[in-house]
Amino acid sequence: MTRKLIVIGAGMASGRMLEHLFDQGDDWNVTLFNAEPRGNYNRLMLSPVLSGEKTYEEIVTHDAAWYEERGVTCRFGEKVAEIDRASRRVMTEAGEVLEYDKLVIATGSNPFIIPLPGHDLEGVIAYRDLEDTNRMIALGEQQAAKAVVIGGGLLGLEAAAGLHARGVDVTVVHLMGHLMERQLDEAAGYLLRKELVGRGIKVLCSTNSKQILGQDGHVTGLELDNGTVLPCDLLVMAVGIRPNVALGQQAGLAVGKGIHVDDQMVTSDEHILSVGECVEHNGAIFGLVAPLYDQAKVAAATLSGKPARFVQKEVSTKLKVTGCDLFSAGDFAEGEDREDIVFRDPARGVYKRLVLKDNKLIGAVMYGDTADGSWFFSLMKDGESVAEMRDTLIFGPAFQGGAAGDPLAAVAALPDDAEICGCNGVCKGQIVQAIKDGAGSLADIKATTKASASCGTCTGLVEQVMAATLGDDFVLPAAQSVCGCTDLTHEDVRRLIKAQELKSQPAVWQELGWTTPNGCHVCRPAVNYYLLADWPLEYQDDLQSRFVNERNHANIQKDGTFSVMPRMWGGITTPDELRAIADAADKYRVPTVKVTGGQRIDLLGVKKEDLPAIWYDLNQAGMVSGHAYSKGLRTVKTCVGKDHCRFGTQDSTGLGIKLEKKLWGSWTPHKVKLGVSGCPRNCAEATCKDVGIVCVDSGFQVGVAGAAGMDVKETERLVDVKTEEEAIEWTAAFVQLYREHAKYLDRPYKWVAKVGLDWVKERLSDDAERAALNERFEISQSVYRKDPWADHAESRADQYQPLADITLEAAE
Amino acid sequence: MSWIDIGHIDDVPLRGARMVKTPVGCVAIFRTAEAEVFAASNSCPHKGGPLSDGIVHGRKVTCPLHNWVFSLETGEAQGADEGRIATYPIRLEEGRLMLDAVAVGKRSAA
Ligand code: SRM
Ligand SMILES: Cc1cc2nc3c(=O)[nH]c(=O)nc-3n(C[C@H](O)[C@H](O)[C@H](O)COP(=O)(O)OP(=O)(O)OC[C@H]3O[C@@H](n4cnc5c(N)ncnc54)[C@H](O)[C@@H]3O)c2cc1C
Ligand code: SF4
Ligand code: FES
Repeated sequence: MTRKLIVIGAGMASGRMLEHLFDQGDDWNVTLFNAEPRGNYNRLMLSPVLSGEKTYEEIVTHDAAWYEERGVTCRFGEKVAEIDRASRRVMTEAGEVLEYDKLVIATGSNPFIIPLPGHDLEGVIAYRDLEDTNRMIALGEQQAAKAVVIGGGLLGLEAAAGLHARGVDVTVVHLMGHLMERQLDEAAGYLLRKELVGRGIKVLCSTNSKQILGQDGHVTGLELDNGTVLPCDLLVMAVGIRPNVALGQQAGLAVGKGIHVDDQMVTSDEHILSVGECVEHNGAIFGLVAPLYDQAKVAAATLSGKPARFVQKEVSTKLKVTGCDLFSAGDFAEGEDREDIVFRDPARGVYKRLVLKDNKLIGAVMYGDTADGSWFFSLMKDGESVAEMRDTLIFGPAFQGGAAGDPLAAVAALPDDAEICGCNGVCKGQIVQAIKDGAGSLADIKATTKASASCGTCTGLVEQVMAATLGDDFVLPAAQSVCGCTDLTHEDVRRLIKAQELKSQPAVWQELGWTTPNGCHVCRPAVNYYLLADWPLEYQDDLQSRFVNERNHANIQKDGTFSVMPRMWGGITTPDELRAIADAADKYRVPTVKVTGGQRIDLLGVKKEDLPAIWYDLNQAGMVSGHAYSKGLRTVKTCVGKDHCRFGTQDSTGLGIKLEKKLWGSWTPHKVKLGVSGCPRNCAEATCKDVGIVCVDSGFQVGVAGAAGMDVKETERLVDVKTEEEAIEWTAAFVQLYREHAKYLDRPYKWVAKVGLDWVKERLSDDAERAALNERFEISQSVYRKDPWADHAESRADQYQPLADITLEAAE
Repeated sequence: MSWIDIGHIDDVPLRGARMVKTPVGCVAIFRTAEAEVFAASNSCPHKGGPLSDGIVHGRKVTCPLHNWVFSLETGEAQGADEGRIATYPIRLEEGRLMLDAVAVGKRSAA
């Protein structure tokens, strides 16, 4: 008996289902509805159509002849409007009514449109079907066309790459910190972004949109949260999809996020099945085609009365942008019970990361070289133990069963003419020869052969050559690397950040071959500092890479409360300021008020929740953060100077205030404290500060590199100058030189001991260099000479409050 | 288990933490990745350091007072230090943070 089957939606899932159904040879009278005015085509391939690598005709999966042979009644361009389950009928939008024995809902999903003001303007489109694709292709024919794509996920990037290939000027606006964050970790996201930016596609991450601008009903641009306007002729929103459940809901089927189906793809009505992106199975919804094909097979079997079960499996992702090779599968979050195997080849832009748990592969992310992706994916699906090949796993199948994975053995096996240092063209033989000639340390090798003396990324390899050549005589240099995440020293990292123009943390992790996915509490603050010091305008300071005191702009106390210390410029205060401090102490019940060794007043024991409010109050009285917590400028201690003191030679207080106002807010490798004394009696203890100025009749003696903490050391004379302006100029230049060169957590006296005062003097005596240092300092200060208290009180106050309080509601 | 909505994942900075007051004391909510969170006691077993003020790296947190490091999965102190923080079930539902109310000492979630 021929039964009537109605299928709603001619998409990827239903197309596959019909193939299986007809293969089984049952007798069905099929009517196929599709809202799009065409039959089944390969939606995935819209991207190659957009980029011009394929035509629409090439991606049609079922043509008119196919439907005709199987007697399928095609109702393309017609939407089903209603289902009446009681009478087993559907009604089309035109009002026509058809009966079914079985019904399959395969309506896919709807692209999500963020309801930004202006989202309904003409020229705001999604990326879902051929119409959208043609719209983008047409834009490419326009002169100097501009487009904005909101969303840096798979679809958004394929749209952007395709538009770009058509000659359109494209900007991608992405809310998250890195591209494709659901499929990629930051390192791979960084490489992908680098590739796209290199092609000329603009990419803005961590960026929020405010509104879509238009004129005469047509889109003209996108305004971002920060006020920037990106002009555009077309705006593509690719921010996600929502299962298209409208019909299921209307029909009263069980619907959650999608239409509920069981393992047989049957909905809550036994006569209705559903497949594709519109379904929800065991709490999961679907956005990739592989599981939909499994569903299609099960649905066809169920219709034919055969047993079959849909089982969810791992899925893998690839981006269909020619030249961007990436692969991701499984779960790649890190964890205690998980092991990471990371391989980075900065020169080729390759990054591979495997995640193991209980000796099984559970996740993989790859960029640049994805040839082994499917092999890893099959290992993952099989769930077999990889213990045997653990050490060489990352090198892929070609390596298995072959040579041993011992890196030393591999290096030992290299021929003499194998290149070790790419920058300086040094091969293995030269290094071995240098060792035979007596070079016994990495420094010797650098000096004699230049190997590892430039970019430094081959340092590990050079050391392996040394180990292989010297055998037990070679002891790897004592741990002076930043931390366990890298073999590089602080100095190397600083130099490479500048030389390779690395401007983000993921860039550092990738290009410098970090062995962990995102660093640790030791390297993160250091790298964050280096980046903000070298790229003040481009790099965005990362609060989460800062120690608690610098993140919360207050010193944490042993009981978890904080201290609050407003600035008192040069140690000068006023009755009004003192009253405001007293009022704040009363209002926030501050247990201890103390005069510090730095000439100001400390309010100790303030609760974290109260910080934004007490800051606000102090701000109202004109006071700002004293940065008593920062690796940055602390205090400028002064004495009363010639205004009052009978021995004073210059206005030491005034100079102190000027210096503090110039330097405050700047971040430095370690803290920086200044002192200005009005005469050599030195009441401001200037001769043991990081920079100490002693006023004399003839002008100012500028000393640097003093210490009075764990070490005590007198300053060394940097220069004698005649005017205040010169004293300030030299001081700022010294601080900037320190900012640009010192290792994180070295106070100036330690840094100067390493580079030598002569070198510092030589650099600073050059007028042009001093001016350049001052200029760079001011550029950085244009970002950082701002009161963080005011900023946090205004824009981050909620972060200081508990996220929730669920003790109260417990009251019975 | 009885899940209680305590906020949105975006309220917690990436590789950062926020604190929640509960009947068993302060509980820290850690966000280790774009869509990965953990809940554990906010109080360090060493000298009570507030862990939600620590640096979050990998699936670990470093105490802000004396740098003890804890696994957020098992609660165990890492390396040479010995100690453990309580961990609590938490899950993500469409971006909402759902904490197990019973585990943090509420008799009913309603
Ligand atoms: C508040 C204050 C003590 C006081 O009550 O007077 C103080 C308090 C702290 N000092 Fe200090 N130092 C204070 C003046 C000094 C001075 C004297 C000075 O600045 O005139 C020194 C010696 C000079 C120097 O800087 O070396 C000083 C040398 C240190 C050191 C050792 C630094 C070194 O390189 O040897 C540390 C530890 C560190 O920074 O690593 C430190 C660290 C600390 C910390 C931040 C400890 C910490 O990490 O939690 C203390 C915070 C207490 C709190 O809870 O707020 N403090 N500290 C002083 C604040 C001055 C201000 O107004 O900002
Ligand atoms: C540009 C692009 C690239 C992609 N790339 C990949 C990729 O690389 N890998 C991957 O795995 N996945 C990819 N996807 C996702 C993949 O295409 C989808 O998962 C898949 O198409 C979903 O199939 P479906 O049958 O559920 O829905 P669809 O293919 O969307 O089919 C549903 C059909 O139902 C019709 N319909 C809806 N409501 C009604 C109604 N009331 N009456 C009649 N008809 C209706 C719609 O018009 C539509 O034609 C991509 C998607 C796009 C848009
Ligand atoms: S000397 Fe400084 S660091 Fe030491 S206890 Fe006193 S305030 Fe704290
Ligand atoms: S209180 Fe946490 S390490 Fe000391």
